[in-house]
Amino acid sequence: MSANVELDHVTIRFADFTAVDDAHLRIEEGEFFSFLGPSGCGKTTILRTISGFLEPTEGSVRIGGRDMAGVGPNKRPTALIFQNLALFPLMSVADNIAFGLEVRGASRADRRRRADELLSLIALPNHGDKMVSALSGGQKQRVAIARALAVEPEVLLLDEPLSALDLRLRQHMRTELRTIQRRVGITFIYITHDQGEALTMSDRVAVMSNGVIQQVGSGPEVYNNPATAFVASFVGENNAFFGKVARAENGHAMLETSFGPLRGRNPKGLKPGEEAILFVRPEGLLLGAGNDANQFESEILANELEGSMVHVRLAGATPKAITVSLTNDGSAVAARPGARLKASFDPDRATILPKGPLADE
Amino acid sequence: MSETLLVLPALLLAGFGLAILLRRPAGAVGGPGFVERNGAVIAAYLVVAVGFWVLLMIVLPQLYMVDFSFRNNLPLPKQGGPEDVHTLKNYRYLLFGPEGSDQAFNWLHLKVFAKTIVASVLVTFFDFCLCYPIAYYIAQVARGGSSRLLFVCLLIPFWVNEILRAFAFRIIFGTSGVLNTVLIGMGILPPDAPIDFLRADVALYAGLSYAYVLMMVFPLYNAIESLDHNQIEAARDLGSPWWRIHWRVVMPHAKPGIASGCVMVFMLAAGALATPQILGGPSSLWFTQVIYDQFFQGANWPRGSAYAFVLLVSSIIFVMSAMRLFKVNLGDIAR
Repeated sequence: MSANVELDHVTIRFADFTAVDDAHLRIEEGEFFSFLGPSGCGKTTILRTISGFLEPTEGSVRIGGRDMAGVGPNKRPTALIFQNLALFPLMSVADNIAFGLEVRGASRADRRRRADELLSLIALPNHGDKMVSALSGGQKQRVAIARALAVEPEVLLLDEPLSALDLRLRQHMRTELRTIQRRVGITFIYITHDQGEALTMSDRVAVMSNGVIQQVGSGPEVYNNPATAFVASFVGENNAFFGKVARAENGHAMLETSFGPLRGRNPKGLKPGEEAILFVRPEGLLLGAGNDANQFESEILANELEGSMVHVRLAGATPKAITVSLTNDGSAVAARPGARLKASFDPDRATILPKGPLADE
Repeated sequence: MSETLLVLPALLLAGFGLAILLRRPAGAVGGPGFVERNGAVIAAYLVVAVGFWVLLMIVLPQLYMVDFSFRNNLPLPKQGGPEDVHTLKNYRYLLFGPEGSDQAFNWLHLKVFAKTIVASVLVTFFDFCLCYPIAYYIAQVARGGSSRLLFVCLLIPFWVNEILRAFAFRIIFGTSGVLNTVLIGMGILPPDAPIDFLRADVALYAGLSYAYVLMMVFPLYNAIESLDHNQIEAARDLGSPWWRIHWRVVMPHAKPGIASGCVMVFMLAAGALATPQILGGPSSLWFTQVIYDQFFQGANWPRGSAYAFVLLVSSIIFVMSAMRLFKVNLGDIAR
C-alpha cells in the first residue's frame, strides 16, 4: 500500500520564527521525493510535520487524501528513519525490526518470521540475534530501514539517514535505497542537504531555502532550468555574472557585466534595466574565443586535475573564482596560472535569472 | 581491644594486596601512572585522604562494632577479665529472646525487623512511582529554564532540617492537623471522627518517602537524561503507546539509575531513625529504634552492635539479591 502526501499551504512557526512558509505541493503515490536544502532551511521541520511530531501552524497535511490534523505520529501511516537511526541498543536486531509488530500485538513467531523476511530483504540474513552494536554503519542503516518497513507504512520518511556514512558507503546506499524503494513500491520522502543524493535517487526534488520551497521538479529540470538564483547556485556548481539587462528578445537577453556584454536564455522574461545574474555551468564554459561575441577574458588562477576532469579557475568579479571544467583530453594542459586567456559559452547553455540571494559557499 | 589492633596490620596487608592486583602489568601500553599524572604531592594527598577516610572513618569503626557484637555486656572493671570472651549470645537474643522466656522466638524484635524491611521496600517502591515521572519530565520533556526551576523546587525543601520536616508532617497529618481540618471542612469526613494518620503509619510512610525523594530523583534523572530523545520518538513513530515506550525503551535504558536510586532509598529508609521516631504511631517501631534503645536505654552496646550488624548485613544481602533478580551489576550503578 502506498499513499500520496499533500501539503496544503503549510506554514510552521516557532514563536516569531517562520520555519516553513506556505509550502504547497503534492507528492504522488510510490514517488521518491526529496527535500533538498542547506541546514536550517526547514526541510526537517516539514518531515516532522508529515510524521506527526509537529502540527502545522497554518494549512494542513493530507496523507492518502485523509486530513492528518490531530493524528499522532503513532497513528499515522508513516514511518520515520532518523538521522542518527535511533535503533534500540538494548534489543537484538530482530527485536528492533519487530518492535512495531510487537506494539501491534503480533505473536512471537509472527514477529520472528517477519523479521527474518525483512532481514533477507536488506541482505542481512542470520543477523537477527546480534546486538545492534555488533553491526557496521551500513548494516545499522539497513536495519533501520527494515524496522521502518516492518510496520508496512504507506509513506517512508528519511531524515538524512546517509549523512553519518563515509563517501563510498553513502554512494552504495544510494543505489540500495533506490532498489528497496522500487521493490516495496511505497512513497519515499527523503531529506538531504547533499544535492548529489537528491539528484541520483529522486523522481522529483523540492529545493528549499529559508523555509520557502524555491522549485519543485525532476533532477534534470532543477539542474538545467533553475527557477531562482538560489537554486542555480545551490544545485551543482555554477558561475555567476552579475549585471543589468541591456537588451531582451526572443527568449534571450544580453546582460551588461563587468566582463562586458554576455548573452543567455531569459526564461523569466526580464526587461532591460533590471538587475540580474547570468549563470553558466563550469561544463558549459570553453577555453578560447568562441565564434560569436559571447566571450570574456580573465586571468588563470589555478589549474586543478581531478582524474577525468580538469578544473581551470579564472579570476572573477567576486572573490569566488570562475570555474571551467574540461574533459581531461590534454587540451587544458597549456593553461598556466598567471596567463590571461579568453573563455566563451553557448548562450543557450546560460540562464539569466532575477537577482536574488545565492547559496552560501 | 588487642584483637582489634591486630586488624590494622591485616588491613594494611590487604591494601598492599589490592595495590598489587590493580597494578599495571609490566610493559603494558598506557598513559603515565597515577603518581606521574597527578604529581607526588597530590598523589600522596589523595592516597592519604582516601585511605584515612575509608580506613579510620568507615572500616575500623565497623570492625570494632562487629567485634563488640560478639562480646558480653560487662561493666568496665570486668572488661579484659576472665568473663570477657567471645559469645554468640547477642545474636541468639535477637532470634530467641531472653533465656527462660515462654516464647520460642523473640517475636517482638523479629517482627519489628521484618516490618522495617517490608516498609522500606514499600517506601522505595512509592518513591520510585513518585520520582520516575518527575525525573522523566525534567530529563526529556522540560526545556532549559523550566527544568532548572523544577530542580530548585525539589531542592529548597531540603534546606530545612530533617527533624523540622518530620514535625511539619506531624502538623499536617495529626488528628487536629491540616489534612484532617481540610477533609472535615470539605465535608468528606464527619467532624467528630478525624482519621489518625499517625497511628495508621500514613504519616510515617509519607515522611520517609519525602525524605529520600532527591536520592531517587537524581540517579533517575541522570539515567533518563542520557537517553537519546530520538529513541523515544522512534518508538512512538512505530506506533508504540506511551506506557510501552517506557517499559521497552526508557526503563531498560534507565535500569542502572533505577537500581542505584532504589538501593539508596532502601538503605537510607531501613537505617532511618529520626523520622520513624517522630512520625511513627504509638505502637509502631522501626528496627533502628530497637537498636537505639539497646545502646542508650538498655546500655547494652554489644547487643546493640549485634542488632545493627544484622540490619546492615541483611540489607546488603537483600539489595544484592534484588540486583541479581533484575540483572543489574554493581559496576552499572556506579556509572
